[in-house]
Parts: sequence; C-alpha cells; structure tokens
Amino acid sequence: MVVTFLMIGVVLAAFFAILAKRLLASTIWLAVLSALSAALFYVLGAPHVAVIELSVGAGLVTVLFVFAIAVSGGEDAGGPAPIPTVVAIVFGLGMMALLAWFILPIEAPEVIGEQMSFTQMLWEGRALDVMVQLAIIFSGVVSVLGLLGENVDAMPFARRKEGDA
Amino acid sequence: MSLDMLDLVALAVIGVFGAGIYGLLAVRNLFKMIVVLQILVKAALLALVTAGNRSGELVLAQSLALTVIVVDTVVAVVALALAVQVKHRTGSLDIQDLTRLKG
Repeated sequence: MVVTFLMIGVVLAAFFAILAKRLLASTIWLAVLSALSAALFYVLGAPHVAVIELSVGAGLVTVLFVFAIAVSGGEDAGGPAPIPTVVAIVFGLGMMALLAWFILPIEAPEVIGEQMSFTQMLWEGRALDVMVQLAIIFSGVVSVLGLLGENVDAMPFARRKEGDA
Repeated sequence: MSLDMLDLVALAVIGVFGAGIYGLLAVRNLFKMIVVLQILVKAALLALVTAGNRSGELVLAQSLALTVIVVDTVVAVVALALAVQVKHRTGSLDIQDLTRLKG
C-alpha cells in the first residue's frame, strides 16, 4: 500500500518537474522526486542509499540548482518545443513500452552471494569504485573552478567571440 | 491479478523513464534539461536497487548505487557551471540559441 502511494508520487513528481513553467518549481519537484525515491529505497531494503539520496539528491543538488538559477537570473526560454509535442509523446511512450518489454515481469534468478556488510563491500569489494569516485570528484572540482574562473581572457572561446565581432 | 512490490517499483521506473525521455525531447531550457537528466538517473537508480532486491545482491546494488549518485552529482555540478557560463555569454538559456551554424 505504501509502495503504491510512493510509486504514483514518484511518477507524478517526475512529470510535474518537466511540465512546471518556472525553473524553481521544477527544481522543487525534483527534490520531491528525490525524497520519494529515497523512501522507496528504504522500503526496498537499501537504507544506506536512501540516506545518501536524501541528503545529496534532495539536499545538495537542490541547493546547487537554486544557487545556479539565482546567479544566472534564470527564467526565460519559452517558445515552442524544438520538435512537435506529439512526436515527443510518441517517443516517450515507445521507450516506456520497450523498457516494459525488457524488464516485466521481473524474473531474475535468485542468486545469493556471500553476505558481506555494506562497509566491507564498499571498501574492500568495490575499492576501485571508491578510487574512481575520488578521481571524478577531484576532476569535477577542477572543471568547475576552470569554468567559473574570473580570467575570461584566457579562454579560447572568449577570444574567438572577439574575433567574430 | 495481483502485483507484488517489485512489479510496482518496476512500473514506477518505467513511468519515470518515459517522463525523462519525453522531457529530453520537449524541453528547451538549459537548466530544465539538467533537471531531466537527474530524473533519468533517478529511474536508473530505482531500477538498480530493484534488481538488487530481486537477485539477493542488495549490498552490491547499494554500493553501485552510491557510485551512481556521486557521479551524477558531479555531472550536475559541472553542467550547472556550463549553463551559468552559457547564460553569461549568450544572454539566453535557450538551447536553440547555442547553435552558430546558419543556413
């Protein structure tokens, strides 16, 4: 029963996030989607991911979106969609049908591996993943610093723009 | 016909995924495009945890989902920085204004 409500809520939040007119409303619906999917993770028996999703997905990412929208002034780009709406709807429904054909009904074989604890699995079984995460976070920080740096003249893109004008 | 819990979650995955695909095609604001990418990743995460629950490898699924969350957050941060710079330079967030090809 709880899962039914959560499932309907997740799908509705996704649609509202896309259909919302204002960017801030869209961001808030994304946060709602994150929170509801965190609840779904908990129901599915994945409490660690639920906690991280709730703090990172619903917290950090929302703050970043609001900050970026505030910095850039946001709120423009109306006008018609780049392709006809009917085509987009048909493609969306087609993709849904394809996915449903692939994953329904869920009949994976019951494979019970040796049960490790989450900490053991993360730091020993998937140690390489943790290293890759660290590398990705580091490169993300470097690229954000490069993108938002003050030295505009050093960017090749800016020079080309001056050359055009 | 009764649906068990995992079938319901799979339906949610399908719904969120379909919404994301529609959004990718129909949205033209750069910020909203990043929101749509986040929605698609949420669908993938839900599918991952569902598969872990069904196959009994929930610990492994949680570990992989953690990686997905971290990478997705970094992608969102870099994409937001790019969008802010695009707005700064072109004065618009419309993806149609990004093209420089005329003709």
